[in-house]
Amino acid sequence: MTATAEQPTTGQGAFRRPTATTGLSSWFTTIDHKKIGILYFVTAFLFFSLGGIEALLIRAQLASPDAAFLTRDQYNQLFTTHGITMIFFGVMPLSVAFFNYLLPLMIGARDVAFPRLNALSYWIFLFAGIFLFSSMFLGGLPDGGWFGYAPLSILGGDPLGETLGASSAPNVRMLFYSVGLQLAGISSLAGAINFIVTVLNLRAPGMTLMRMPVFVWMSLVTSVLMLFAMPIIGVALWQLMFDIGYGANFFNPAQGGDPVLWQHMFWLFGHPEVYILILPAFGIVSEILPVFSRKPLFGYTAIVFSGIAIGFMGWGVWAHHMFAVGLGPVANAAFALSTMFIAVPTGIKIFNWIATLWGGQLRFTTPMLFAIGLVAMFTIGGLSGVTHAVVPHNYQQTDTYYVVAHFHYVLFGGAIFGLMAGFYYWFPKVKGRFMNERLGKLHFWLMIIGFNLTFGPMHILGLQGMPRRVATYPDGMGWNFWNLVATVGGFIIALGFLVFVINVLKSRKNGVPAGNDPWDARTLEWTTTSPPPPHDFDVIPQVTARDELWNRKYAAGGPGRQPMRVPSGGSADAPAEPGAHDPGAGDAHDIHMPDPSYYPLVAAIGMPIMAYGVLFTPILIAVGGVITIAGLFGWALEPSAEEH
Amino acid sequence: MAEAAVQPAERGEDGHHTSLGLSNDKMGMWTLISSECLFFGALISTYLIYVDRTADGPAPGEIFDIPFTSVSTFILLMSSLGMVLALAAIQAGDMRGFRTWTLATAAMGATFLAGQIYEFTFFVEEGFGLTTSAFSSSFFVLTGFHGVHVAVGILMLLGIWAASLLGRLTPAHDETVENIGLYWHFVDIVWIVLFTVVYLIPAE
Repeated sequence: MTATAEQPTTGQGAFRRPTATTGLSSWFTTIDHKKIGILYFVTAFLFFSLGGIEALLIRAQLASPDAAFLTRDQYNQLFTTHGITMIFFGVMPLSVAFFNYLLPLMIGARDVAFPRLNALSYWIFLFAGIFLFSSMFLGGLPDGGWFGYAPLSILGGDPLGETLGASSAPNVRMLFYSVGLQLAGISSLAGAINFIVTVLNLRAPGMTLMRMPVFVWMSLVTSVLMLFAMPIIGVALWQLMFDIGYGANFFNPAQGGDPVLWQHMFWLFGHPEVYILILPAFGIVSEILPVFSRKPLFGYTAIVFSGIAIGFMGWGVWAHHMFAVGLGPVANAAFALSTMFIAVPTGIKIFNWIATLWGGQLRFTTPMLFAIGLVAMFTIGGLSGVTHAVVPHNYQQTDTYYVVAHFHYVLFGGAIFGLMAGFYYWFPKVKGRFMNERLGKLHFWLMIIGFNLTFGPMHILGLQGMPRRVATYPDGMGWNFWNLVATVGGFIIALGFLVFVINVLKSRKNGVPAGNDPWDARTLEWTTTSPPPPHDFDVIPQVTARDELWNRKYAAGGPGRQPMRVPSGGSADAPAEPGAHDPGAGDAHDIHMPDPSYYPLVAAIGMPIMAYGVLFTPILIAVGGVITIAGLFGWALEPSAEEH
Repeated sequence: MAEAAVQPAERGEDGHHTSLGLSNDKMGMWTLISSECLFFGALISTYLIYVDRTADGPAPGEIFDIPFTSVSTFILLMSSLGMVLALAAIQAGDMRGFRTWTLATAAMGATFLAGQIYEFTFFVEEGFGLTTSAFSSSFFVLTGFHGVHVAVGILMLLGIWAASLLGRLTPAHDETVENIGLYWHFVDIVWIVLFTVVYLIPAE
């Protein structure tokens, strides 16, 4: 079909190839990267909100000593699911939402390399989340920690013995963990392949690797990390599943298994995962800071290469999560060194961002505030991270709230602030309207105050010895005050997100209209309309500079440090297209976009059915397998609508 | 994923041009294979760590039937030859030859799988099952996942065979066959490693 007109379809196979690109049903069949990006964001934000509610319940329990707001069993379920939700169903898919929406636009492409695979990734992710949360009604949420250490992950739903006799039964709750994360991992893996091929192969003419926006670079590094980290956790999760569900002995010492193997595999995935969570946010602020400083990014090359360096070195630091396991002084010393080294490329980024701000004409819009928030908060988290690298210090901190404080400063203060910055920054592109600035700034200040109130005191609590993952704490330890402060802070954060949701609902219909380029930005996505047409660009852009749009709007190399506006003529509103004779040029009606398809949804539906089969009966595995295979065959043989 | 390859509309921006000159499908397949290396790497590592943790169950040298597995290994390796001939046939425009060799390749893969199922059944009857020891768990999961990969390969081969019958796969789509061939050869190479590591090395 053409990008704009509806055409009648005929089809062979079970389904007619759908053609609708608007309306409710189009969301089920869409393979447009922008719509999938929106689906990802909305879904991930819903899961993120669930994770936030879990966190509030945890904080409510910890507000006072010896509290009985939650039982210990409920507490275990909540802290475990909070971690899983935020990491696998919150931050990761929120980042993927940005990849989906922005990568093709930023590199001057019309879609991702494999649009239907992209839809498949989304549907698997959605079903994985539903599967995981359905455990709430099927015996309880996972309760063995997001790290799932054996033997807690294998034996007994209730090691504390609140339900006597339960501790020898296989831990069915952690089957939801192993199988649910397996599904999420398949989704991430498919996404990683898609984004790597998209970035490497679909760049517009002139978009060399070293002209790519830093966000694109960081997406590429993140995708490579996912590509290699997912199979490792995949294997570990399969092994865990066989241990729990089928009596295998991978992590059962009684039959020769080794729980430490799980820890190695988990953290060999888990540390790259940390960078999977943070690098997209680094990419986002690297786009935002130059625009609102009106200066090119300082040290582009250094930032790109430090991102690549993180991508390599991230594989050599995993055992710093295991210093207290007893790997011996040589291993601990080696991983302590590599951990200190990896702070270097991260520090390079921070200094380059500060240098980008230095001497710029700063505009403190909401996205800019969040971006600066990331730089400041992540730096605090990075510094406490270096203290973990010191092994004796680490022994002291292990399993205390100091660690909780650290990783929330990098993942919340880093990743979430970055993602929020990106949301405010690109919302005008997606919806064609600005977010409300006043509410946006309120959101920012509530969040940064609430965030520091919540997680700042945890440093103190941790150094005072308060253990994490324990449902309550006794009175008289000196922990009461800071715990109460942290709880108050947590609810302030929640208030901030409430303001955010109100702002989104208000602005999507009634926001101030934004033009194509409302921020005076520098990258390709701002050259097309807001929102972009289904085919993204009427004419595939020709790229001649790193800050392509600035280069088009302003003459390069004027005297002094300020870029100079081109006096008149071919400037901002209608940039002259150097590629007017480009073969991609022409009437938008001639642009052929891939057709929507039902098959990604069909293939994905089989997977949670198989997952339930692991829990209940092998028949479901067979049924789900048949559905998935049928979906993939239909996919492979699907005609495009225009072939008839 | 390679099944997506049947539709040329997804090949590139306008059907042929890509930034690196390599088609999207082929790059996607290589990317998948690179990820699979880590998948099998993790499984093989686990196996090597657990190879002597036999609890009270059989040890590697006591249970494996090397002559039998050598035969099924030979059949699987010959299937790679069939894959090469199927690709050569479609590149030469010989659709009949392509279909013959594709089915022959799938049949050889299926024979290998049948051998594996027989072997697993035999082992379980001998008292060597998934739950026997850490060694047995790692053996069954490692070779089992290889078997799953062979099965996926067979499905892809049947997919291109069906597509050619429906006229949806023509000599113009020879790259699809090549990409599925990449996967098939990769799975074979993994088996060469597994056969060496699992069967040959422990049999002193």
